[in-house]
Amino acid sequence: MARAITNRRKTINTAVAWAIGIAIFFPILWIFILSFKTEGNAIATPLKMFFSGWTLESYGLVMERSNYFRFFMNSVILAVGSTLLGLIIAVPAAWSMAFVPSKHTKNILMWMLSTKMLPPVGVLVPLVLLFNKLGLTDTHFGLVVVLTLINLPIIVWMLYTYFKEIPGEILEAARMDGAGLKEEVLYVLTPMAIPGMASTVLLNIILAWNEAFWTLNLTTTAAAPLTQFIASYSSPEGLFYAKLSAASIMAIAPILIMGWFSQKQLVRGLTFGAVK
Amino acid sequence: MNTTIRALMGACAFGALVTAAAAETTITVATVNNGDMVRMQSMMDAFNEAHPDIKVEWVTLEENILRQRVTQDIATKGGQFDVMTIGNYEVPIWGERGWLAPLSDLPADYDVDDLLPAMRGALSVDGTLYAAPFYGESAMIMYRTDLAEKAGVDMGEMPNWATVKDAAAKMTDKDNGIYGICLRGKPGWGENMAFISAMANSYGARWFDMNWEPEFDTAPWQDAFKDYLDLMTNYGPPGASSNGFNENLSLFQQGKCGMWIDATVAAGFVTDPAESTVADNVGYAVFPNKEGVDNHGNWLWSWNLAIPASTEKMDAAKTFVEWATSKEYTALVAEKQGWRAAPPGTRTSLYENADYTAAAPFAKLTIDTINEATPETPSVQETPYVGAQFVSIPEFQGIGTAVGQVFSAALAGQMDADQALAAAQALTDREMKKAGYIK
Repeated sequence: MARAITNRRKTINTAVAWAIGIAIFFPILWIFILSFKTEGNAIATPLKMFFSGWTLESYGLVMERSNYFRFFMNSVILAVGSTLLGLIIAVPAAWSMAFVPSKHTKNILMWMLSTKMLPPVGVLVPLVLLFNKLGLTDTHFGLVVVLTLINLPIIVWMLYTYFKEIPGEILEAARMDGAGLKEEVLYVLTPMAIPGMASTVLLNIILAWNEAFWTLNLTTTAAAPLTQFIASYSSPEGLFYAKLSAASIMAIAPILIMGWFSQKQLVRGLTFGAVK
Repeated sequence: MNTTIRALMGACAFGALVTAAAAETTITVATVNNGDMVRMQSMMDAFNEAHPDIKVEWVTLEENILRQRVTQDIATKGGQFDVMTIGNYEVPIWGERGWLAPLSDLPADYDVDDLLPAMRGALSVDGTLYAAPFYGESAMIMYRTDLAEKAGVDMGEMPNWATVKDAAAKMTDKDNGIYGICLRGKPGWGENMAFISAMANSYGARWFDMNWEPEFDTAPWQDAFKDYLDLMTNYGPPGASSNGFNENLSLFQQGKCGMWIDATVAAGFVTDPAESTVADNVGYAVFPNKEGVDNHGNWLWSWNLAIPASTEKMDAAKTFVEWATSKEYTALVAEKQGWRAAPPGTRTSLYENADYTAAAPFAKLTIDTINEATPETPSVQETPYVGAQFVSIPEFQGIGTAVGQVFSAALAGQMDADQALAAAQALTDREMKKAGYIK
């Protein structure tokens, strides 16, 4: 029997949820406000910040100084490219683990996850040397491969979890009807796993978009994404908060908008199978 | 016939385009996001006009990321950068290892003798110049003349630490949010340790004795660090253990600091009326010394343009470095943005220019403090190292930052001065043994 929730409890829950939401969102709000201030006002007292001195000056300066669209396009190429490549590898991998498991499947899954526990800096020098040797430094291809490898364990794990929720009997029935492996995966499994796959794609695009360690270390100009665009506005000597905030807003805006419009899909996918 | 002629003309045009593209050399310049560096990027039209065959690509990065990227690139011969912006800490170490191209064939009109002797010395190994200084700095006291007057304080031109402490006490007005002194507390070899090392120099301390044994257990270090904590605890702003150059700059500009002792380059920011609320009330004095110790901190820093020895575009890179650090460039900045914006601290001729000294009231003190810095003898005691507010050995970045974390923790009240100094001594001793300096 469901428990009755009192109005008072409801109000408290709502207030707590709002407080947590605002606390999480506050840094972005703060950056947003600073981005519309002059450098002088950005460091002034909070009251001054809220009620006066709104300007687009920082955005103008950032656009004048940097080739934003080049950084933006590089981010798109790296995020979408690595997610697609990851899916091409992860869908068959997750299918085999979910529907044709062996006695080593669990160990393989754990091993894949364990690669996420290695601090990235531990493999920085070998990877830099390898990239230099192969001529992959500052190339889209090199970065797409690295970002794919970084996010592959997450893609496989997520898809494996979603695939596990799909009854094996349906796939069996498809096989009985004469579907080959390709048809089974493409026309039976994929449509049923769309919500899960969509959230996997969204999450991985966000992760690849925000990845800063490798994108800063393995790019220079040609493949440099928005993470480098942001890093170029931090200054050791001199005020930079307003310009850095403007650059940050310009860098996160596309992914924020994408996340906003797809939040239903994302939440649905992430909670898929959570309640039976 | 017509078709043949057209085809030939087309081929010629294509050939011309290909040749032009092939003749253009693209160089990649790695730099930091400092005002002077950003200004240089806005002056590129003049360079492009004079050198249409050289295209410059900029990679601007946050200082720590830049340091990591260029070190990684030059050590692995990655070849990603043709010109690097590096500090005078890196230049002698990298020059000695053969990682940098020597700048020994600069043309006569570059006038290498015009470079300030202190800067030239700091960027040379065995008399060979390995980087060209783009802008340079020392450190000095910046103080609020209005607060000093109100408190009846006379800073003079060369105050010692006792005068500074007295002034800090008199200028502090915590009820109104005014703190007598603002100093760096944020951990890092280039943050709090730059200041504390310079302060220790001015107390007669040194990082290492002639056998490379650390000296945090000696009286000059104990005195310097205890006075630093005392000043900051009693007269400094709250949360000072998180304050670096930028945080103190912002506090000073908002009128929250009576004094700020930091890099001379800050003078340009605190006197800029567009950003500073105290622009008209700033006075300057030499970095203090402990009474009886003839050393004013020995702070010397410069951002320099250097060329990796492995670059395949040496000629284009040299052309760019010569242009960016030339007198001609300084004149160009003055013409476009006024003399106050000229990159300071690198050339004697700038300080002999009446227009510049009139536009920059802090110019004389800047040049005096730079000229007095002696990186080859950082302390009044004999040292096995050269340096200034740092020790010029590769291990210093790690050691300096670790000691900086301990000192910052002491400033935050997590340990007392004796514990911090003992911890600094132990960790430095351990690292120097590990690095093979001490048996």
